[in-house]
Amino acid sequence: MPKSWFLRIGLVTGLLFLYLPILLLVILSFNANRSVAVWSGFSFHWYRELFNDQQLLSAAWLSVQVAFVSATFAVVLGTLAGLMLARFGAFRGRALFSGMVSAPLVMPEVILGLSLLLLFVSLEQLTGWPEGRGMLTIILSHITFTMAFVTVVVQSRLVSMDASLEEAAMDLGARPAKVFFVITLPIIAPAIVSGWLLAFTLSLDDLVITSFVSGPGSTTLPQVVFSSVRLGLSPKINALATIVVAIVAVGIIIAGIYNARQERMRQLDEKMAAQG
Amino acid sequence: MAAISNPVPGGSRNSAGLVPPEPVEPVTSGQAPGGAGAAEPGPRGSGLGLLSRFRPGRGVVMAIPYGWLLLFFLIPFLIVLKISLSEAQLAIPPFTPLTETLAEEGRTVITLFWDNYRRLTGDDLYIIAYLNSLWIAFVSTIFCLLIGYPVAYAIAKADPRWRAPLLMLIILPFWTSFLIRVYAWIGILSDTGLLNNFLMMLGIIDSPLRILYTPTATYIGITYSYLPFMILPLYATLEKMDNTLLEAAADLGCPPWKAFLTITLPLSIPGMLAGSLLVFIPATGEFVIPELLGGPDTLMIGRVLWSEFFNNRDWPVASAVAIALLLFLVVPIMLFQNVQGRQQEAGRG
Repeated sequence: MPKSWFLRIGLVTGLLFLYLPILLLVILSFNANRSVAVWSGFSFHWYRELFNDQQLLSAAWLSVQVAFVSATFAVVLGTLAGLMLARFGAFRGRALFSGMVSAPLVMPEVILGLSLLLLFVSLEQLTGWPEGRGMLTIILSHITFTMAFVTVVVQSRLVSMDASLEEAAMDLGARPAKVFFVITLPIIAPAIVSGWLLAFTLSLDDLVITSFVSGPGSTTLPQVVFSSVRLGLSPKINALATIVVAIVAVGIIIAGIYNARQERMRQLDEKMAAQG
Repeated sequence: MAAISNPVPGGSRNSAGLVPPEPVEPVTSGQAPGGAGAAEPGPRGSGLGLLSRFRPGRGVVMAIPYGWLLLFFLIPFLIVLKISLSEAQLAIPPFTPLTETLAEEGRTVITLFWDNYRRLTGDDLYIIAYLNSLWIAFVSTIFCLLIGYPVAYAIAKADPRWRAPLLMLIILPFWTSFLIRVYAWIGILSDTGLLNNFLMMLGIIDSPLRILYTPTATYIGITYSYLPFMILPLYATLEKMDNTLLEAAADLGCPPWKAFLTITLPLSIPGMLAGSLLVFIPATGEFVIPELLGGPDTLMIGRVLWSEFFNNRDWPVASAVAIALLLFLVVPIMLFQNVQGRQQEAGRG
């Protein structure tokens, strides 16, 4: 904790601001009453309702499938793009490429959604592909906007990593492809895993772009959530929020334990190396 | 090397240079003092990088992401531009083609339909919406800065052991749904919501304040949702700062507040700039937050675009709105790419 009182108060205020709303949703998800202000006893009522909502469940399943496929492709493309930016030096068209990679990070989603939809419509007119809008167009769009985030994560890992290992392997005669798979890939693997998880979460959460490029019969979870909260409070969503928070918390704890173990092993390795 | 010291997988929805540096520096040879520069005779990043020696493979590696982005990112913008110049019609797709081949003369005629843009400049609704969006995004950015700066500074000044868990706490909300976090504020801000109940319980107010469905709720929602984007780049800058400058100032009798104003604050401008752009640019085009919290009179351009597209089914006007919004954001976006590029160079060490 910082020493100054002012900073402590600032920090605590900021964290409360970030966490109170989330905490509130978790508490309310167990409230038997609809109202936010009245607590009328502990209940799993909203969870039962959540799990009886077929529309919501099938939307959630579609979202998970879309997120899984999108994240996987985004990781491949994002890793290649990160490699280009971190290792290829000044290739022709680099400025355009880095512009195209980083623009989706800040570009308003309504613009991305509209432009992708118009692309799909025009492509269909010209070539007959993609036929209509649905899961395929959602996945293509999600790959496009999530790969930017993967690129950033992978690129920053590549830039900060020690390149002398790659150089040593090259000097010993390894082909670039081999260097990549044997040396670079294992070192940047944590960044790739992070990138995948990030792309998965972003895809799972996206409403605006999806709304533009989805068709009838392909409704994702955020679309269902949005249409129900647009009309005001909907306690089922509190239950959904609590489940999301629980999954994230478990994931974080597992990652924390894994990291702590890695750190201990590293320290042990260092001690061994120092001794001998 | 194995230390992924960012404890949260993925880190942040953030750009590379802005990802907070790892709080516990892993000891690698490259990062030893003087090692980074001395160890490499400079192939990295100089155009002679190792993979660049392998030409054919390099071409394939480059073609895939390059081609993807050209097809799914650049070309779509050109299509938006094209359709913004066509006329709406009741058909599938609901706009006229720009080119028309006249059968008897055998030549192609291009008709540009500028009315969509004339409508944007002629109708107050659009102008108010644009100005309102810029204003709301600006005010929210200031709020993010005011709340985010002390938080980032506190984390940067905290004991190194505390930094990673504190940063994790900042990043964690990213992993829960954005939509759900915005929704949480409906329950807090509504007339019968928690805030009003709390204030009435304390006797500060007698009748509920109308906050939900007003611009105030939109400011709160945007500030809340985008706060981590401000904190992370700010932290990255503050953490890297050279503390000896502050010690020197203290030795020379400078009071801490003055040292903060004359040393820390100016040195953290790159972080403030990066964070502000990460908040301001997407907030300008925000749709979900004004739609859920803002009420019908909170006019933001993202909502206008949405309703032109989904309610009026006027694709050409929606495209013109998008192009105009892009024009407003061109300067901030270029600034962002510039800042990011510089941070990336700095990241090379």
